[in-house]
Formats: sequence, C-alpha cells, structure tokens
Amino acid sequence: MLRWLIGGGREPQGLAEKSSVQTIGEEQIQNPYTELLVLKGHQDIVRFLVQIDDCRFASAGDDGIIFLWNVQTGEKLHELHGHTHKITAVAPFSSSDVTEEKMNLIITASADRTVIVWDCTSGRQVRKVSCFHSTVKCLTVLQRLNVWLSGGSDLCVWNQKLDLLCKTSHLTDAGISALVELPKNCVAAAVGKELIIFRLSASNSGSEGWNILEVKRLADHQDNISSLVSVNDLTFVTGSHIGELIVWDALDWTKQASECNFWDSAVHPDVQPEIKLSQSPHETSVQHLTSDEECVFAAVGKGIYVYNLQMKRVIACQKTAHDSSVLHIERLPNRQLISCSEDGSVRIWELREKQQLAAEPVPTGFFNMWGFGRTNKQANQAAKKMQENTPVYFLELVGDLIGHSSAVQMFLYFGELGLATCSADHLIILWKDGERESSLRSLTLFKKLAQNGDLQLKL
Amino acid sequence: MISAPDVVAFTREEELEDDLYREPPLPEEYSVPLFPFTGQGANPWAKVAGSKFTRDFILISEFSEQVGPQPLLTIPDDAKVSGTFDLNYFSLRIMSVDYQASFVGHPPGSAYPKLNFVEDSKVVLGDSKEGAFAYVHHLTLYDLEARGFVRPFCMAYISADEHKIMQQFQELSTEFSKASECLKTGNRKAFANELEKKLKDLDYTRTVLHNETEQQKKANDKGYYTTQAIEKANELASVEKSIIEHQDLLRQIRSYPYRKLKDSEFHPYEPESALDRADMGSHDQDLTASDPAEPGETHLYTHVPSYTPKLIKAKSAKCFDKKLKTLEELCDVYFFTQTLDQLHHIERTFRGDVCYLLTEQISRALLKQQSITNFLFEDVSFLDGKPPEKQYRGCQGLGQDAMDEKCLEESLAPKVVISLGSYKSSVECVPIKMEQEMEDSEEPKMSESVMSEHQENLDYLDADIKGSISSGESIEVLGTEKSGSGLTKSESQASLPVMPSPQAGRSKVGSRRTVSEDSIEVLSTCPSESLIPEDFKASYPSAINEEPYADDNEGGLRFTPRANPGVHDGQDDISKQESLVQVDAACCIGKESPNFLEPLPELGQKPCEEDGVVRIPPQPYRPAEQGLRGGFPSHEGLSGGLLPYELDSRYLTSSREVSKSSLDECSDSTSHISSAASTCSDRTPSPAHPACAAGDRHRKRAGQNALRFIRQYPFAHPAIYSLLSGRTLVVLGEDEAMVKRLVTALSIFVPSCGAYAKPVKHWVTSALHLVDFQKWKLIGLQRAVSPAGVNVLHALSRYSRYLSILDADSKTLRCPLYKGTVVARLADHRTQIKRGSTYYMHVQSILTQLCSKAFLFTFCHHLHLPISEREPEESVVNRRMNFLKLQLGLANEDIKIVQYLAELLKLHYIQEPGQGGNPLLRFDYVPSFLYKI
Repeated sequence: MLRWLIGGGREPQGLAEKSSVQTIGEEQIQNPYTELLVLKGHQDIVRFLVQIDDCRFASAGDDGIIFLWNVQTGEKLHELHGHTHKITAVAPFSSSDVTEEKMNLIITASADRTVIVWDCTSGRQVRKVSCFHSTVKCLTVLQRLNVWLSGGSDLCVWNQKLDLLCKTSHLTDAGISALVELPKNCVAAAVGKELIIFRLSASNSGSEGWNILEVKRLADHQDNISSLVSVNDLTFVTGSHIGELIVWDALDWTKQASECNFWDSAVHPDVQPEIKLSQSPHETSVQHLTSDEECVFAAVGKGIYVYNLQMKRVIACQKTAHDSSVLHIERLPNRQLISCSEDGSVRIWELREKQQLAAEPVPTGFFNMWGFGRTNKQANQAAKKMQENTPVYFLELVGDLIGHSSAVQMFLYFGELGLATCSADHLIILWKDGERESSLRSLTLFKKLAQNGDLQLKL
Repeated sequence: MISAPDVVAFTREEELEDDLYREPPLPEEYSVPLFPFTGQGANPWAKVAGSKFTRDFILISEFSEQVGPQPLLTIPDDAKVSGTFDLNYFSLRIMSVDYQASFVGHPPGSAYPKLNFVEDSKVVLGDSKEGAFAYVHHLTLYDLEARGFVRPFCMAYISADEHKIMQQFQELSTEFSKASECLKTGNRKAFANELEKKLKDLDYTRTVLHNETEQQKKANDKGYYTTQAIEKANELASVEKSIIEHQDLLRQIRSYPYRKLKDSEFHPYEPESALDRADMGSHDQDLTASDPAEPGETHLYTHVPSYTPKLIKAKSAKCFDKKLKTLEELCDVYFFTQTLDQLHHIERTFRGDVCYLLTEQISRALLKQQSITNFLFEDVSFLDGKPPEKQYRGCQGLGQDAMDEKCLEESLAPKVVISLGSYKSSVECVPIKMEQEMEDSEEPKMSESVMSEHQENLDYLDADIKGSISSGESIEVLGTEKSGSGLTKSESQASLPVMPSPQAGRSKVGSRRTVSEDSIEVLSTCPSESLIPEDFKASYPSAINEEPYADDNEGGLRFTPRANPGVHDGQDDISKQESLVQVDAACCIGKESPNFLEPLPELGQKPCEEDGVVRIPPQPYRPAEQGLRGGFPSHEGLSGGLLPYELDSRYLTSSREVSKSSLDECSDSTSHISSAASTCSDRTPSPAHPACAAGDRHRKRAGQNALRFIRQYPFAHPAIYSLLSGRTLVVLGEDEAMVKRLVTALSIFVPSCGAYAKPVKHWVTSALHLVDFQKWKLIGLQRAVSPAGVNVLHALSRYSRYLSILDADSKTLRCPLYKGTVVARLADHRTQIKRGSTYYMHVQSILTQLCSKAFLFTFCHHLHLPISEREPEESVVNRRMNFLKLQLGLANEDIKIVQYLAELLKLHYIQEPGQGGNPLLRFDYVPSFLYKI
C-alpha cells in the first residue's frame, strides 16, 4: 500500500512496513465497529476514561479538564474546570447514602496536589481538598465502607464528605503507584518494588473513626510493581517492570504462583535473534493486567499473554500484538479481548480453543494455522508442555480499529453502545456498531415523524 | 436538477438542412412544414430575426420636460449590446405608454399642492420594427424644480424574445419593483432634503423682505404706500404662501405611507442573493441604520448638513434655462448605486433563453418540494435564497386549497375552457395581479383568496359573457392593429397613442385605474407579418380586435396546435384537447405534454412556439399534487404516487420528440450555439438565477471536467462509487491545478451531509487525519517529496481503510470494487454528451433518482422496524434487502449507495434544527483493489 503510494520504489526500503505484527487486512467480518464519532474537547493527552453509569462517562487528561460525555450521542454533557495541572487519577464514586438519592460523583486527583469531588449530574464541584503534600497518584473507593483512599507519598482515608479519617505515615517519596482493595478491609498498595498490605479498622473512639495499619510488606518483586489487579476474593495479581507476574493469596498474602521471565525470549528456542535484541526491559514491562475468573490477561511490552490461574501457566500468547507497547487490555464478556497500544491502534482478539490431536508438539506456533504469512513463528512454550487432549488456546485477531494518530491510552467498553477510546492525540473516539446505530436512527426518525404528525395523510 | 433545460431540441442542424434541400421533395400530403426561418440562418428561438441588438438589456429613460423622451442609461453599459438599436426611438415608445396620470398640483378644493404617491405602472410592449419586446416599468420621481414636481421615468427590460417578457412577467415585475422602490426611497429622501433647503431659503428671503418692508415703512411717513412698497408686500405675501406650501409638501413627503416598505417583498435594501449579499456586505451597516428607521424617515431627513440659505428671487428662472437634475442627483447616490446593483442583478437573472429560465424555475420549484432529499446533491442555498414558491403562489394568487380546487374545476369543465376562444378572456383569468395582497395577507386572507378564486373561476368560465369585469385583478391586453411587414416608423408611432381597442376595453381601463393600484397592461404591436402563418391571417385580426367578444370558433382555431408549424403532428391534437383541460386556453398555444398522468399545468406551461400578438401571461408553476401536500413530510411528489422526477422526465421525453436524442446529440460546439443564437436574446445559455450565477459557471466547468474524467480514466466507476457511498476519495498529485481540476470534476458526485457546503476540500498540503475524513468526502492532496510529504503518505497508508486514493500522477486508483449498475449509467465513458452543463444535468437527474430511492428506503417503516413485537430482526433485515434488490432494483454495491444516502437522510431529518450534530464517519471493512490505466 505505502509502497504503491510512494510510487514504485522511490524509497524502496526503510519506509515499508516491516514488522512481525500480525495484520488482519481490510476485510474484518467480525469487527462490529463500522461507525465512529470523534469527540473533541481536550487540549492535551487524554489518559483516563471512567464510566459513570450506563450511558455516561468521564474523560480526563493532561490538560486538567474533565469532560462528561453521553456515550450514545457523543454529546458533551459537562466540562469540569478546577484543576490547574494534569490529572493523575480518576475514580467514580456513587454515594449510597440511605437518606439521599443516589448521587453520581467522581473524584479526580491532579498534579496540582488537589483532589476534587464532582457531581456528575449538575457538573458542579462538590468539594475540593488541597492539603496534600504530594501528588495523589491513585484513588480507590471502598464502596462497602463508604470511604475512599488516596495514595501519594502516604495513604489517606476519606469519607464521602471529604473528611480525612486517618492517614499513614510518610511511606516513600515515589509514592503509591497502585492500590487494590482486598477482603477483610484490607488494601494492597504498590510502593516501588514493595507491596504493602494495610488494614482499616474502626477506631475505638468516635463513631466514624477509622485507623489504618500496615500489616505486611511483601518484597518479592525484583523491580517496581507496575500493575496490580484483584482477580477474585481469594486472589490478586501483580506485575512488575521486568516482567514478573506474581499471583497472591488475598487472605494471607502469600505467593501462590509466579511466572518470571516467562515471556523472556531466551526461553524460546526458536525465536528470531533480531527480536531478542530488541527486547529491552521496557518491552517486558507488565503494563496492564486484567482478569476473569479463570485467567489473567497481561499486557507485556508489545504482547498479550493469557495466564491460566488453575493451570498456573500461560495458555496463549501473542508476542507482538501491536507495533508498540500495549497500554491497556480489557476482557469482554464474549471471550473477546481488546487491547490498545502506543502505536495508536486498538485490536480485538478472540481467545479460541483448538482441540489438539494426539501428542503432537507444536514447534512453530499456532499462527501459521490461519495462514498469515507474516506471522512468524510464535512458539509457545506452554504448548510444548501441553498434555494430550487438553485444549489449546490461541488469540486470534478479529479486528482492529485505526483512528487515533497517537498512542491510545485507554478505552472503555460500553457493551452494545460501543467503545470509547482516548488517545494522546487529544481525541476521544466512540466506536459504534453501524448497523445498530442505523436502526436506532430509523427508530428515532419514525418517532419524530409520529411526533410531527407527518404519518397521517393530511388532506 | 431535475430536468435539463438546455437539452431542449434544436430543430435543425446545418448539415441536416442541406440534406433536406438535396433530397427529392416529398409528396405534398406527407411533407412536414419546414421551420419557417430556415432560410434566414436564424435559430429556432429567434422569433424576431430582425432585432437589432444582440442580447437583452435594461434601458432607463426619462420623459424630460425639456427635450421629451430620452434614454438615460443601459445595463449592461455597453454600446455593443444595443447595437444599432434606436434607443431614442424606443424611449419614445416606452415613455409614451405611460398613461397613468400622476396629478400633482392644486386639486380642486385644496388650498395647497398635493403630492400624489402614484404607484408604478407595469406595461408590456412590443415593437415589431425594432424586433424588440419590453417590460416597461414606469415610475415618477419628485423634483422640486420640475413641472408639477414630478419627473417621469421608466425602466425597461428589452428583449428580442417576446415569450420571455410574457413568461417572466411576474418575476420581472417583482424585481423591477424592488429597483423602483429603491429609487423612490432615495428620491423621497433627496426631495425632503431639497424641500428643507428651499424652506430655509424662503425663510431667509422672508426675513430679508420683512426687514426691507419695515425699513420702507419707517422711511415712508406719507401715509400711503408707494407702489414699491406694495410690491414688496406682495412679494412677502407670496413668499409666505410659498413657505406654507412647501411645509405642506414636506409634511406630505414625510408622511409617505410606508406600508410598502413594511412589506418584505418591497424592501429595496434587502440584498437579493447570496452573491449580492457578499458584495454589499459593506453596506450592511448603512442598511441596518436606515432600515428600522423607515417609519421615521423624517428623523433621517432632519439630518441635513449645515446649509447657508440663499435669497430667492421673486421670479424664478425660466424652466427651460435651468438644468434638470440627473437621476443620480434625484436619488441619493447610495440608493442610486443600489438600484444599479439591482438592475444588474435583474440583467443577470433574466439573461439567456426563456426555456432555460422557465425550466430552471420549474425544476427549482420542484426541488423545493423535495425538502427532505434536496440537500444531498443540490445547492440548497439558492433554493432558500429566493423562494420561488412564494413568488409563484403570489403570482397565482391562490392558496393551496384554492389551487387545488381550481385544478379540479378546470379538469371538470374542460369543454368550457376549450370553447374559450377569446384570447382576451383567457388571459384575464390568470390572476396575475394578486401578488401583493397575497403577500400582505398570508394566512388569514387565504380564505378570501379562495373565495375570490371561486369568483374568478366563475368569471373564467363565463368570460365570454362577462368580459373583463374583474379586470382589477387581471392583465389587460390591448392589441394594436396588426401591422404589416412594411410598417413605417411614423405609422407605428402614430398607432401608439390611438389604442385601437374597442370602447368597452377603454372604459374598463379608465375605471380600473381608479380601483387598482398596479395595473398591468399588455401592449403590443403586431409582430411582422411574416411571422404569422397564412392560415391564421383570417382569424387573427378578429381575435385581437374584438377583444372580449371574439368569435369563439375562430379564436379557438387560432390557437389550435395543428396550425402550429413544426413539431406537432395530428396525433397530438387529441391529446392536446385533453391537455387543454388543465391549462388556460392561452397556454395551449404552447406544446403540451400529451402524456400527463395528472393535470400538471405548470409542466405543460412551455414557451409558445407560435407567434401571436399577445402572449400568454406568465403562469409558471403550480404545484401538482396540492391535495396531498401535507400527506407526507413535504415530499409531495411522492405522496402523489409519482415521483416528480419521473413526471418530469416523462414529460421531457414524451412531449418533445427531439429530446429523446437531445441528451446525446446536443453538442458542445459553441460555434453551433452562437451561430444559431445570433439573433437570440443571448448567445450563451447563462445563469438564470443570480445566486447560482457563480454556481452555474462552476457546474459547467465541473461537468466538463467530469466528462473528461470519465473518458480519460477507465476506473472512473469505482471512484464515483466511493464518493456516492461516502468513502472519502483522496486525489493525490503534485500539480495543484490538475488535482483541483479533478476535485472539481468529481465534486458533482459528492452528496452533501447537511445544508451547508459540499464536503469537498480542494487542496490540502498537510497530513490527513481521521477528523478530515469525517468532514471531507473528497480531498485534493499534495504529493510532496519532502519529509513532510512522506508523513502525508504515511497517514494515507494508515487510514487507507477509510479512503479511496486516486493518484493523479501515476493514474492509479486504490479503492473497493464496484459491480453495480447505477454508476455505469451515471458515467458512461462512451457517452455522446459533449457539453459540460448537459452532462452535469444528466448526472443530476440520475442522482435525483437515487435520492428518491433513498427517500423511499428511508421512510418505509417496515423496512427498518419490525411489524410486530415478536418479529425477529432477521426478517426485517431480509425485508430490507428484498426491498432494495427487488423493489428498487439495486444490484450489488448500488445498495450501499442507497444505504449511505438513506443514512444521510435520516441524520438530516432527525437532526434538531439548532444543533450542528456530530459528524459521524461510517465505513466498511472491505478490501481495496488497485486500478491502473
């Protein structure tokens, strides 16, 4: 394509796309997204998308502005100004006061060392806290306790009215990078290489007092913990910059399993040397983790790996799912997986199962099976270990969404309403099912016709 | 564009003509009468071969009290235009018919002179000798120094084509009224200024005289007055009287009834078209300043620059000594230029052949009805710019219901209509004059108009009995005696003042003057004898002379189509009888479409081929399916069961034998046209509408380029398909001019997304982004060798799934496959069409068909929504596809085109008026292919 454009080898090499990334081509039957809507408003990188309710979401980014959007129409509902620096964390918070009706709030933290609570319905600022010593890097809402936690250089616990309930002592200058809620009123905080477990306990004095106590420090990771995700009540998973994945027991905080360097190319005997060379530490960083009941999906470098919790091994992988680092992955209900990357594309994968016949080792990877010539041998160690008659999984690319001109930071899946992606090119794109939208428009049209009374024959 | 006005037939071509001569003559009974002017090298449109000017122009004349009628200026201001045409003589002609007395002076029983605010008169007049026909608009301007304070002027639109004047009478009248209002407003202003100055002079004179008298009184102690003193006293008295008179005049001019100006139709300042608007943007401030102040124009008038009064001599200069004010001085300079602008605008508007104008108007009116789909491929701005419907309705003087009823009645009583042989009476039935009332009254008066229409229908039917009693709302036709071909100048002049119409007619004129404000008089001398076929000569004079009481049979025969030389054959006659049903008898002169499925008088209304003395008055357009108007959201054509474009195309193909081949045969050779049109009103088919004047040029060019494109590029079909299905087409090239040309060519295929400009970007040099594909559907892109250029290409390659890319340098195209049939019809590279504008119209007509299909598809409920709750989605989808394939007859990718258009229609319809709506990008995951030459 490009070569054709450039016009018959004026610049023969160098520009031609030469990557090992699997491509799908222009015919994507399974890709439902045939309509898009570009939402403009941000003036800088958009980093966060947060779902508020069924049809609304908020976006925030480096310009310090928060926009509220209607996911159906793409209408801009509110524009929230209040932060002077870039936004570092966003969390939705639906207040569940018995007395009041349900209020949709969002909490935003910014590099200007403030945290603001916004009312999504009115678009007004509810309260603003600016007593932080450092930037709040993560926010977690403990809906059950009706409190929320902010993590910066220390961990603070707030109630809904933004009263500081308690806080820890200064932990580290680097600050808490991730927080996850654990059972029994515990939270796990990733602080550098360490994972610290805190427990909230009701204070003896006062009705609404809470105390926060450090319970345990886990230092199993060799490098900074980059992602932290809770799988279920019993397990949570962490990933680090050099590609360690550790599965923890959520109750007693012991290491259940760990996969270290399982994506290290060195392990694979048949990986091409050029790829090996390019494997910098950055490329093995666990960027994002997501999970369902069975599996943990890890975005590691450019690749996506599926780790089965029961089998305690990687059951499927796509080593170079994107041209560049995968920034966010999400599991969809329909066994599909969506990933977005710094290369500006969003890809839709499907985890497929292939019954393996006999004990036939699969030396060169599965991707040859569907005949994409360029997919080089993605050997799968897991496959080799595989026993007879166990299903073999693979990730098949079913579609890609190309629209952003820069890194796609995050996306938000709204089911049949579509998919919202945000990017460093300041845009948010709503991807929609064209068929569905078309019939919805027809519905609206006939409603409007009926409204205008144009359906009756007037004489 | 529904129809193709410039494909109307040529009845002959040069070679053909030779052949005709060479062939052995047919037996007499089979011979078709040749076109009467074949020998003169004239084109079929040149009714009056002897016209001495090359194209239409506007003449402003004055009846000067010093030298008599004299021409003041012509528009366009070009000596070549009027050629050898005797402007002086024609000024005399047109000024001499201004019978409307504008009495100014001391009316009996009034102490002071009274200003009459006379209405303009509008007259149509023809001059066979000069080969000129004119719409003449008389107006009077006030001048303090003039006799009776008035200066009669007239503006005339002069054309060699009598049909044009008659057909476009209403439009001309409206436009000229605007110009006239503008002049008069300026004149009132200037007159008031003048009066104020004069008053100051008088005041000053009085003071001086008073002082002198006092001094004399003092000096004189003899007890009696010297003659000198008496003289002075008299002088003083007369000055005082004069002051009072002038004050009264000032009061009168200030209290000018502004009702006209409140009428939006008569806002002289209002720029007519978008074009003018742009031109006059700078004036806007003045406009807003003066516009709302209209009721209190006095306020403006008081702002007189400081003026030093002069002493006025008791004896004013002899009237022949003084120099009369020029028109520019009479009116404010600003208003004068405004008027000139308006006149230029008129000149532009009515340039070209009358069929062109008329078809243009019809198609515009039809398009306006398609309010749901017309935004797709039409330039909606010019539809909005000047609502023709309003005009037409105004012209008809009918509400919708009334029109409907009229249609019905007409169709119920065909016999009566046919029996109406008298031209006069049939003309009278055309309610041409109600426009102002209608525009004033709007809704509440609708019922009245219905009533009056009923009344008129009665009149209509009984016309031969009643004559023109209801002439207040009719055109008066005064025919002069048919003049022979050897008519001399003096004769024709002499015939003017003496209207050889029956006394009855004259008395009517007199009475009508008192009742009606605007009278329309159709005055015509007879065209040269040679124009009238021998058959007519017997009946002709009677039809003209015995105005209302003309012999029915003879008059009827006079207008029967059989007598028409040329195209019609006998078989037409029967159908003609039927078609007479819908149209006024007069209109039957023209060639009717025999195959109308419904009464469609407006379509039948065609320029008459025949040369009579008087013409059918303008009766351009009458919406067809009035009864069903509200039935469906303004797509009346559809609710009538027949799509307008079908009607129209049927009409075109059936009524004109030649037109079936015309599309293909109408050649582009301008030499052909110009030679043929040498005596026609204009050489080139030129803009019929000012707002689209530029657009028309653009169309022509675009059509030409498109034609070249489809001939040059074998892969034109997939490229056009891309555009029609909403896939952005990028034209990539190094040469800006070439890329822009291609973009212009292809732009005619791009459906608009809204009521705004087409989503076409002619030239882009930076890398494209997704947002661009949302906004633009056709982009010209620079191919640069610089690093930036590489970025551009990278972006293209990245977004290739949303794009079709036409490489203008290497002549390649990368886009999805097209296997449908619509585009093949749209862009046949073997097409015989040679002219750009013709091709443009061809394209428009096919696109209109597509629009109609899309409309049907969009608004069929069951195609999109389940009939019952339980119906599964699949069956709806099946139904939808079946409809597209079977009902609409679409194949393969054509379905996508209609679906895309339907989507645009939906979006356009559900979009709330206030909101811009988010532009969305729809796309398909389809493979692209590379096409090479």
